[in-house]
Amino acid sequence: MNTPLRRIGLAMMAMMLLLLGNATYVQVIKADDYRKDPLNRRVILDQYSRERGQIIAADGTPLASVQRVDDRLKYLRTYANGPAFAPVTGYFSTLYGAGGMERAEDDLLNGSDDRLFARRVSDLITGRDPKGGSLQLTIDAKLQQAAFERLQGVTGTVVAIRPQTGEILAMASTPSYDPNVLASHDVDVQEEAWAGYDADKSKPMLNRAVHENYPPGSTFKLVVTAAALAEGKTKDSEVDGRPVITLPGTNTPLPNFNDTNCGNGVTASLQEALAKSCNTAFAVLAAELGADKLRDQAAKFGIGEQDLSIPLSVVPSTLGPMSDKPSIYQTGIGQKDVRVTPLVNAVMAATVANGGVRMQPHLVGKILAPDLQVISETKPDEVDEAMDPEHAQALRDMMIASENNTGGGGKLSGVTIASKTGTAEHGENVRSTNPHAWYVAFAPAEKPEIAIAVIVENGGQQGLAATGGRVAAPIGRAVIGAYLGGR
Amino acid sequence: MLAFAAVLVTGALILVEANQEQELSLSILWLGLAYLGLLTVAHLAVRTWAPYADPVILPCVALLNGLGLVMIHRIDLAMADVKLPGNQVWSPAAPKQVLWTAMALVLFCTVLKVLSDHRTLARYGYTAGLLGLVALVLPGVLPSFIAPEINGAKIWLSFGAFSIQPGEFAKILLMVFFAAFLVSKRDLFTIAGRRVLGLDLPRARDLGPLIAAWAVGVSIMVLQKDLGSSLLFFGIVLVLLYVATERAAWVVLGVLMFCVGAFVAWKLFGHVQIRVQNWLDPFADPSGAGYQIVQSLFGLGTGALFGAGLGGGRPDQIPEANTDFITAVIGEELGFVGLAAVLLIYTVLAMRGLRNALAVRDTFGKLLGGGLAFAVAFQIFIVVGGVTKLIPMTGITAPFLSKGGSSLLANYILVALLLRISDAARAPKTTPKPRPQQPAIADQFTVMVERPK
Repeated sequence: MNTPLRRIGLAMMAMMLLLLGNATYVQVIKADDYRKDPLNRRVILDQYSRERGQIIAADGTPLASVQRVDDRLKYLRTYANGPAFAPVTGYFSTLYGAGGMERAEDDLLNGSDDRLFARRVSDLITGRDPKGGSLQLTIDAKLQQAAFERLQGVTGTVVAIRPQTGEILAMASTPSYDPNVLASHDVDVQEEAWAGYDADKSKPMLNRAVHENYPPGSTFKLVVTAAALAEGKTKDSEVDGRPVITLPGTNTPLPNFNDTNCGNGVTASLQEALAKSCNTAFAVLAAELGADKLRDQAAKFGIGEQDLSIPLSVVPSTLGPMSDKPSIYQTGIGQKDVRVTPLVNAVMAATVANGGVRMQPHLVGKILAPDLQVISETKPDEVDEAMDPEHAQALRDMMIASENNTGGGGKLSGVTIASKTGTAEHGENVRSTNPHAWYVAFAPAEKPEIAIAVIVENGGQQGLAATGGRVAAPIGRAVIGAYLGGR
Repeated sequence: MLAFAAVLVTGALILVEANQEQELSLSILWLGLAYLGLLTVAHLAVRTWAPYADPVILPCVALLNGLGLVMIHRIDLAMADVKLPGNQVWSPAAPKQVLWTAMALVLFCTVLKVLSDHRTLARYGYTAGLLGLVALVLPGVLPSFIAPEINGAKIWLSFGAFSIQPGEFAKILLMVFFAAFLVSKRDLFTIAGRRVLGLDLPRARDLGPLIAAWAVGVSIMVLQKDLGSSLLFFGIVLVLLYVATERAAWVVLGVLMFCVGAFVAWKLFGHVQIRVQNWLDPFADPSGAGYQIVQSLFGLGTGALFGAGLGGGRPDQIPEANTDFITAVIGEELGFVGLAAVLLIYTVLAMRGLRNALAVRDTFGKLLGGGLAFAVAFQIFIVVGGVTKLIPMTGITAPFLSKGGSSLLANYILVALLLRISDAARAPKTTPKPRPQQPAIADQFTVMVERPK
């Protein structure tokens, strides 16, 4: 009986070796795959229970910070004034992941970023709990707050940029949401809030400044003008002034706003055409320039850039195919297939303000170690020379004339604004769909400190009667006033 | 060695508490002391009633049991923060487990004291067999208020707060029966009978009771959807048969029968198909049927070589973490190193048991000891193999580690029997019957014990 017993012993050893072999396979060879599997919540949960870095505004105002709490996830993410800053900070949820800067700079905030490597090593040796690094944004807390307040009651967004550096000073979007409830450690609270935001037709969690693009309407005439200036036109060059034209090869009329004359009804100066926002003039001008020149100029302003990241990802802006002459006509007035994000429209204004030099827009000012030492600082980055300085100056003058010709309330005294409005038709039936109201501007015109883009979706409360001047301009002027007055 | 085990366990407990609560609470002291007290009692019992027993077995068991207590407590802490459906409150399992340990040790001591010679058991072979079968059938036939269906298996008897799995005891009882039966008929098996296809088949009337008990046992467990136990039981009987007859043909025949049986079960039962599907590709349905095994693999993978540290893992992610999947939690928190250590402790335990079976002088003791030792190793193979996706998950507890009173009671009885046999094997011969002992065999097995690296 001993021989079989010994064999059984061998079998037992073999079983154990099999187990050990398989454990080696699972825990050593496949370990990394399993650990990094997106379904594996362990690593994420670990990060959630680590002290996450802060997000602070340019002046140091905390926007997102952590609070020690008494449960398994040791730290609760809190957002001071959450809804106003939510489009920038984003949210940080145990169930739904992260959004906004929380997501874009997650590695830094959770402490796994390579820039924090040296620190992590010393944490390991000294046994300190690893902490995340902090972000100092370029956001001006007061301006963001002002922009958010100005947008109350409408669906829209305000983006403000410092023209010389590309620093994004404000990026408000309404309606907004409260990231605090999404960061709650109470699963039910999270679920309920998420379901509510998700079902809301007004899409409160959409950052309209960068994640939505709109037909730019007449604000696109800045691109056409810039292209015309580059082709040797001046502000006094004669352009088409008819109140209405017919799209070539069709019976479709393309009228000016309220069918008004431009200039003498036959021709007008480029400056007057821009100031009065004559559709006929720019449709014909666009066709004269041709699709390629339009596209070139648009690209210099950043329209068509596919992978812009600030570091929030920005949906691309586009001119559309412009396959035939009528579409080029319509493209010239910012309709048809032209789509521009509010951010890119603000960049365009900033580029003109900066003498034609386009700066890379960015949200991160400084990256800070957990002890708030500066690890790195974002240097202004010149992307492109979109316009000659003298052309930029000419366009600026034309925009000043445009501002003077624009109605709407909230005009500022003592500050010269250079602006362009837009009233963009959209939807299946353009006559019955309320237009989007645009306002892009910079100020002070002589020495620009801020460039902005404002859009109010569907004309806000004005409905079909909405124009950029009536709806968006007052918001834009107030934001400019808040910035220039607050210093 | 016992003291060493105690120190290890208490150390592990302190680590868990420190990692989980950031402070040491009083309950740790209570658990630690309870554990130490129980160990001392067990040790004294062994010294008194089985003075020549193998000195390695009890520390192994103590270490496993202690580690199990720590892990169960650790999972309690994790689950305390998890929201259960319907606002239920997680009831801590560790205090209950300590209680069960105490009861198991009482039983352990009783067995050691009452059963002064394991050969006595051979006389009660048929009684044991009958009792075992009754215990197996009982939860299946009793109405569900006393035998509720839990997780699809109807194998529990519940008395208020307590519930036991008679099947755990039936396993040992049936092992006793088979060992006794095979020893008494051993000669008949090898001599009488016909030769069919090169295999000496014993006479039907000799084989009858054996096949009957085997078939009834396995089919009851299958019908109760207790796949793990039926596999375990099947394997044990096969091994006993093989050791008793010394015919490898039995093993071949048994494996063939298993293949046929497994195929039939796979065809017939939906739950078997699900298990197999989860084994082949758990990621096909990672949040549904495959959730448990996927989480187990994630836990093991995240633990990697050295583990997340005691208290540093996420056992709340794995359902049934404190019973069937406790080894996954160990793998996550102590890493491959820890899991390997646990496996080696089991190996040592099983090998010491087997060595004693080799050394003991009577055939019944050899057979029973071999079977018991194999039971430990095979059970671990089934559960750890299932958890690590080596074989399909069949749902079985890890001896001494997992939460569960019956498993603990039964396994302590098993160890008591092993110790009794080892006591007989190592006791100086009182009868002057001069039989040549086998020191060579003992030496050989010292080599084998050290084989795993």
